[in-house]
Formats: sequence, structure tokens, C-alpha cells
Amino acid sequence: MKRGISRRDFVKTSGALVVCFSAATFTDSFAIAQGPFDTHKSHIDPDKLDSWLAVASDGAVTAYTGKCDFGQGMYTVQSQLVAEELCVPLDKVKLIQCDTSVTPDQGTTSGSQSTPTNFNARNLAQAAATAREALVGMAAQRLNVPADELTVENGAVSAKSGVHVTYGELIQGRHFNIGVNPKAKRRLPDEWKVLGKPVPSLDRVALMTGAFEFVHNVRVPGMVHGRVVRPPEIGATVANVDEEWVRHVPGLIKVVVRNNFIGVVAEKQWQAAQAAMALQVTWKPGSGLPPQEDFYGYMRKQPSRDVMSVNSGDVEEKLKSASRVLKATYLHPYQAHGSIGSSCAVADVQRDHATVWSATQSVYPTQHGVSALTGLALDNVRVVFVRGAGCYGLNAADTVTYDAALLSQSVRRPVRVQLTRHDEFISENYGSACVVEQQAALDASGAIDVWDCETWVASLGGRPGYDKPGNVITGMLAGFDPDTITPQPASQPTAELRNRNNAVPSYVAGCFNGKCAGAGSVRSERVLTHEVKSPFFTGPLRSPLRLQNTFAHEFFMDEISAEAKADPVAYRLQHLKEVRIIDVVKAAAKAAQWEVRPSPKPGAARTGTVSGRGIACVAYEGDNGYAALIAEVKVNQESGEVQLIRFVIAHDCGPISNPDGLRNQIEGGILQGTSRALREEITWGDRKVTSIDWESYSTLSLGFQAPAIECVLLDRPTTKATGAGETAITLAAAAIGNAIFDATGARIRQVPFAPDRVKAALSSRG
Amino acid sequence: MAAISLKVNGRVHTVDLDPETPLLYVLNDELQLRGPKFGCGLAQCGACTVLIDGQARRSCVMPISAVKEQEVTTLEGLGTPEKPHAIQQAFIDEGAAQCGFCLSGVMLTAKNLLDENPKASEEQIREAMSSILCRCFTHTRMIRAIKRYQRSRA
Repeated sequence: MKRGISRRDFVKTSGALVVCFSAATFTDSFAIAQGPFDTHKSHIDPDKLDSWLAVASDGAVTAYTGKCDFGQGMYTVQSQLVAEELCVPLDKVKLIQCDTSVTPDQGTTSGSQSTPTNFNARNLAQAAATAREALVGMAAQRLNVPADELTVENGAVSAKSGVHVTYGELIQGRHFNIGVNPKAKRRLPDEWKVLGKPVPSLDRVALMTGAFEFVHNVRVPGMVHGRVVRPPEIGATVANVDEEWVRHVPGLIKVVVRNNFIGVVAEKQWQAAQAAMALQVTWKPGSGLPPQEDFYGYMRKQPSRDVMSVNSGDVEEKLKSASRVLKATYLHPYQAHGSIGSSCAVADVQRDHATVWSATQSVYPTQHGVSALTGLALDNVRVVFVRGAGCYGLNAADTVTYDAALLSQSVRRPVRVQLTRHDEFISENYGSACVVEQQAALDASGAIDVWDCETWVASLGGRPGYDKPGNVITGMLAGFDPDTITPQPASQPTAELRNRNNAVPSYVAGCFNGKCAGAGSVRSERVLTHEVKSPFFTGPLRSPLRLQNTFAHEFFMDEISAEAKADPVAYRLQHLKEVRIIDVVKAAAKAAQWEVRPSPKPGAARTGTVSGRGIACVAYEGDNGYAALIAEVKVNQESGEVQLIRFVIAHDCGPISNPDGLRNQIEGGILQGTSRALREEITWGDRKVTSIDWESYSTLSLGFQAPAIECVLLDRPTTKATGAGETAITLAAAAIGNAIFDATGARIRQVPFAPDRVKAALSSRG
Repeated sequence: MAAISLKVNGRVHTVDLDPETPLLYVLNDELQLRGPKFGCGLAQCGACTVLIDGQARRSCVMPISAVKEQEVTTLEGLGTPEKPHAIQQAFIDEGAAQCGFCLSGVMLTAKNLLDENPKASEEQIREAMSSILCRCFTHTRMIRAIKRYQRSRA
């Protein structure tokens, strides 16, 4: 059975030897927090061109991708890519997304990796370039003209003499039967006619008119309806199921119990809902939950699996002797994906084969999971992606797919499972709670001399990948174990820094064996991360850990610059050396007409409404996108309400594939980040999660007064394309928090910045 | 079970169901309509919104027995892909969606407001939209699209 990223592969590619195996294991586990997103060989060979593309005799192009669209625009932009490389009109391209029967295995669509994976020198982009070159080669033979004297336009190859031949005439519906050529020449950004243009999203008309098919709309002949009955408390197990209570429910087909998994199947959805409500289950209670009031303290006391990302070895000594040392602790709660649509899936599990319609980000890993749960041979399980509501990471889409498969297998009919809102809130893998302790020492000139960062991350389960169905609740309830923490002390850093989780602040040098891969200049540096066992399932939530870490780094950088009485922009620039992050900071400051002065704003009133500005910046995952965000806020010092006045962002994701789609992602990311910063937090009591609907889990509604958002898009056509969906959201909490400080002089080091917490911080200003 | 007639998007349908069945399930499961969506089932998010005699209502908590003679309009009842309604066209023009799951609540609530109060102020628009959630936070474009529709019908 295939693994996500094998240890052997990891060691091989990192060049590390067996001596650093323990650290490699750890880095490996963090690296796959976003999911295995590389392209793998399955029954479809990604090295073959026909795995990616087919050109029909009428010239229509069908492209196959393992990266799918959840609303982030991957359908449109990958269609643009194929049209561009093949030199065909956009409407000639039909893109087939994420179906284990026909698309290559590209792991998980996640981690801001779809663009880097499919738009750079491999995979879909390279396949399309290979196809164009192959077709030109066929035309050269057919027309008896050298290939370099031919031009390609609108799916036809022409010679200077005027003779031409269409793709359809050349290929005549045959396979290419060649490999993807890694040297096939790509079209350059200055030649682009389709890519790089603000092509409106191709799904918009269907969406706006209600014609678009979501997974919630999938209907299969003979389909019946399922609901699940989840344990009411964390860790509760089934003692007894009394079916007597549901015998009266009309249309009931079956009550399904497998280990601690319980579901009901009925002819109609309403009947299934009633049966799930009426079913009497006696649960054996779990062991209870640590109190939320002291959870961050609890986290710090847990046994942990540790990793040292950088360590210059001189940090403790220097902190001891330094004259000015700053310390601060930052707290970030568990947060929900909170998809607007509670998750849904349809499964048709027959005796020897199964078809599953799922909004999963990971069709191939889900194929493995369904195979493990049902006992069917892997090759006899087909998983077809159908879009769900925006997921922003590991929402309950995977787990509801398992629910549907288990129920369908039990009744041998196609079953559609719709989770309730309550199910969704207790079934998903939350974004991790984090504690970040920061220390810095300043030298006599006021520059940063030492940066020391120690983080605790709560973790349980995660993406199921290819072999861990227990990483989501249904797999666990059905008897599979989740990934958990095996305590292990930190070794020294064992490899060159790859700042995948943004655990390392942008301002340190990030040196290992003389090679400094950090974005900054501070040479005395230490970054230690402790992963501790979470009582709740966790998993990637848009900008996983990168957001939590960046909140703490950028907030602390602001505290240091205030201590140094320096302007927060100038002080950042003083400590940065990576040109791409420097450029976004400068571009944002220029566009915002940033007023150069230290924070807080001088002479601010202690009552009434005051205003301020704050900045935050990030080199996302070290080198997967760059952005700087400036927030301008007003703070009502009586109510504690924070009002956003304006955001200015400068953004660099390499060559821009679609500026309209990019702006949509940036705007949405900033406001989603604002909601997470101001409102969102998972809450719990002694035994169960208490944030279970939209009243108990606070989010900003469409009535929220959204501020103006100005985007400065830095186009870098000669660099590699990076991700762009998670960069902006990463910065919102720090930029807003720093702006609140600028306005009021109060530091709020805990997310969310809810009115009561703002008021408490204001009253403690002294 | 009872035979119940519903007038949906201009056509009368008769279904034989438990009268307590939420309207949303009938629209999705019996009539195969895709516009209204199951978001929360609690009338908290708006994804299931339909117009009932022109009023935006949450179909996830409305039993079919309560609909009676009233006319139900779903998102697909407003216009078609070939001929979208003016508010749908405004959303198309502004590219005002990401995942698009929330759109029934967004468009039908805004339409209801502007049909009744064509000159609604920005604050009144925000007030009306405060019961609607979009978790992709496509707020900027959606409010712009609503105002575009407001201008187009003036």
C-alpha cells in the first residue's frame, strides 16, 4: 500500500542520512499536515502524456487534473493553463477534476500547492506543452515544413506559406503514446493570451442561477438517505442501542452500528432525520475534558514531541547577559472550518465494488480509506470529486464520505448522508490551538540581537492520507486509530531550514551549517516546537499553523519595534534580507501612505473612539508567496468593538495566472482572517464541545461592514508560480492586533479579539 | 402521509409526504431543485432561502403544510443560465462568488429587500444581510453586486 510521503523518499530527497532519521520523521509528519500533494503513480502513469490530455478529432481538448476546485478558482485557472500551452480557445478545453478512474493521483488539493504543482515545470503544464510540441512535430511531417518555421494559433498549425492543419486533423482522435517531455518549451508570460488574464470564473453563471451541481445535489437511482448519531461527548463509547424507539418511524430501512459508529438509513431524508433524533443510545462516558479556562496552561504541561527548527547555540547565554529583554506569550484558540454547507456525500457500495461521490480534497487517499473501511479491493473503489461548500481545509467532507460508505455497505443501496450543523461542528478536524512564547534581546543600538521562540501545538488525527482512516472521527468510531503524539525530545536541527509551517519568524537568519535560509538577519536564533496531544481532532485549516505562528511573530515584532521606539515598517525592513518580502512591505507602505512614526499613536484619547494602523508580513512557508498587509482600525473604547476602516495588501505569488481570481482569494482571505481574529473560537464544557451552531460559534455575517480592500499585485513573471490562497489570511490577526495597539496602546495577545477581551486589555493599560 | 400541492417556480406539484417535512427536503429531493441548500437546518445561515409570495424565507425549518397556496420561488425560478434575472446578472458581472453555496440566501434576501425598498440605504442593506453567512467572505463583491442590482432597477 502506498504511503503519503515515504520516509525513504524523504531521506533520499533531503540528502539526509539515517543518523537524522528521528528528526526527519517529525518534519515529515508536520509536512504532511496539509496532506500528501505530490503527484504519484497509480493505475494512471503521470509520466505519460495521455494521462493528462486528450485531443479529439474535432479539436476539443480534455484535460485531467488531480487538483480540484472548491471555489478557489482552480477549475478556471487550470483551464486557462491548458488553453494557453496548447494555443486553443478557452472554450475548447474541458477539465476533468479528481476522479480516481481517470485523473492522475495528485494526492490532496491543499497547502497552496496546486499552482506550484501544476503550473511550474511538471505535471499538467508540462503535459500541455508536450502536447503542443508533439502536434507541431506531426504538422511538420504532414506539411513538410521544419517545426521551427511553424506557428500555432487557435488549435491549428500554420506555415508561412499559408498552409495549415488543425489539431483534430493531426491527431484524428488517437492517443499521443509519448511521455511528458520535461524539456518541452513552455510559453512565456510575455506571450500569454489566456493565462495571466482576468478571465471571469467559468462556473459563475451556473452558480448564480442555481444550475450548478454540488455534491449535495447528487442523486443516484435507488438512492436512500442516511444520518449519523455521533457520541454526545468526547470519548464516549456505545453501551447499548435500543432500536425499539425508532420502529415506528416510517420508511426506516436500518439502524447501523459498527463499533462506536452509529447511523440510520431511511427512504426519505426527513425520515432519516427523525430516526436519528429518536434513536435511544446509551453511551459510556469518556474521560472528560481539560477545563477551557486553563487549557493553554494545560497544553504546556503535556508530554510532547519536539522539533528544533533553528538553533544558533548562543541564545540562552546571550539572553542572560542582555540588558534589554522582551518576553510575551501569544494564545490562539481552536477554530472551525465552519463550511456554510454541512458536509454531504453519496456512496454506492455493492458486494464487490463501490462508487463514492465526495467533496473530499483527496480522492485517492479517500479511495484507500473507503477500501479499508469496507474491505473492498482498492481497485474496486472509485471516488469521484463533486464540489461541496467551501472547505478551507479538512472539514467534515472526508468523514461524511466514510459515513456514506459504511451505511451504503450495510444496506447495499446508494446512500446519501447529510450531516446536521451540530454533526459538522463536532465531526470536523479543528485548526490547532497554539501557545507561542517569544523572547528577544536588543543591542545597544536598539536592533534585535537574539530571537527565541517556543511553541506548543495541540494535535490529534489529521488528514487520513493513504493509510490512516482513524485520523477523522468516522474512521476512529469504526475502529481505526488516529495518529497521536509519541513524546520525543528535540534533537538539534538536522537539515537546512525549510520554513513550511512558518514556525521560524521572518527576521532571523535561519542558519544551518553556515547556510542561512531564513528571510532575516538576526543570527542568535532558536525556534523550538512542542506537539502535544489534543483532546479534539485537529487538521489543516486554511494556513494551518502558518497563521498561528505568524500572528505571534508579527505581533511580537511590533512589540519589539515599539520598545525600540522605531517605526514598525522601517524596523521590519532593518531586519529583513529576502528581497521579495522587503518589496511587499515597501509596496504596501507606499500604497497605504504609511505615516512613519513609532506605535502607539501619540496623544490618543483614553476614552471614545480612536483609530490606528498596523502592519504584518510573511514569506508564506518560507518561499511559497509573499505578502504585507496594513490594517486601519477604529476602536470603540467603551464597547470594545473593533471596526475595520481599510486594508491595503501587497502580494507576490510569482507570475499571476488570473488577477481577478487572485483578488477574489485575497479579499476573501483577509475578511475570513478578520472573522477568525475578531470572533471565532471553539468552546467546550466538562465533557463536550459547546460551539455547535452559528449562535454558539461566532462569525462575521454578511451584514458586517467590510472595509475597503486595496490590492497591490506584484507580478514576477520570471519566477516560479507560488500558492496564493492562504497568504493573505495569514496576516489578518497580527495586522489588526497591531493596529489596535497603535490606536489604544493596549496589547491583546489572545485571539479572538472579542469586545470583552479588548475592554479587559484597555482597562489594564494602567 | 398526505397529498400536498405546492406551487414552485410557476408549476404546481403534488407530493405524498409527511406534512411536517421541511420544504427544503421536498425542493431538493422530490423536485430535484439545486438552488436552495442545506446549510444548517436551523434557520441561522440563509443557504436554504426561497421566496414565498416574494418574501425571503428559510425553507429548512418550514413544514410543507405551512406553504399552502403561497407561491414558492427558488434561485433557479428567478432566471435561467441563458436569461438570468437582473440580480443574477449583477452577481455574474461582479464575479460575486467563491464556492457559491450561500447564494440563494444572499440574492433572494437582497431581492426581497430591494423589491420592497428600492432606495434602501447601505446601512439598510447591511441590516437585511446580517442574517446571512458567506464563509468564503466574498462580502466586498456581494455588496457591490447588490448595489449594482439596485442601480439597474432604478
